[in-house]
Amino acid sequence: MDNVLADNRIHILYFASFREQLGQAEECLPASYDTVSELLSELAVRGENWKTVLFDNKNLQIAVNHDIASRETCLKSGDEVAFFPPVTGG
Amino acid sequence: MNHREHQSELPFVKVQQADFDLTAEITQLRQGHKNIGAVVSFVGTVRDINEGDDVSILELEHYPNMTEKALEKIRLEAHQRWSLEASLIIHRIGKLHPTDQIVLVAVASQHRESAFHAAHFIMDFLKTNAPFWKKETLPNGEVRWVDSRVSDAEAKQRWDI
Repeated sequence: MDNVLADNRIHILYFASFREQLGQAEECLPASYDTVSELLSELAVRGENWKTVLFDNKNLQIAVNHDIASRETCLKSGDEVAFFPPVTGG
Repeated sequence: MNHREHQSELPFVKVQQADFDLTAEITQLRQGHKNIGAVVSFVGTVRDINEGDDVSILELEHYPNMTEKALEKIRLEAHQRWSLEASLIIHRIGKLHPTDQIVLVAVASQHRESAFHAAHFIMDFLKTNAPFWKKETLPNGEVRWVDSRVSDAEAKQRWDI
């Protein structure tokens, strides 16, 4: 997987209902966003579905490099960003 | 994915499809600790009913790598808060059925109070901080994602974070 992550990219993952609603599990984008918020704005431009599931979603959960993060979290090349709904384990 | 590799790095956190044997796990957890006076374990099992509907299959998805890291973080936090000798978290993934075991939290300490509190704490945080998602299949074939519960978020508040 590391080989896929060229230096100037970020790896994005979508889990559970998000993956189904957005129709994809992962993708790589150029690392041209300073924060998660900027990335979300860019994804929202793709259409109503993306805007509703991610950008407008008050329950949106975010992880950056396997740690819980927020919209304000800074991004850099090689980061792994994950978007998912509230967890329901246990 | 990399479960095997991660299990060896984090021997007290296991994310696995296989079932677990409570007695065997506790025997192993206690091994080499002669000062343990209390072991508290919690086993979560799959109910055959949710939101008033019968459930025939429960499927567990998770975020490989982050799951193990999140569980280990919760476990270590418990060790910081209470005086514990050992602890273990096992969470199953994949397809499960009613009555199946789904999660095990076991905590061992010198005295019972620490073990009771720590087991409770670990479960409360696992519910809200570990990236697992449940999808249930009803007998009529309908498939739906299980909603998170407000009560789980509230339960965490009791620990004063």
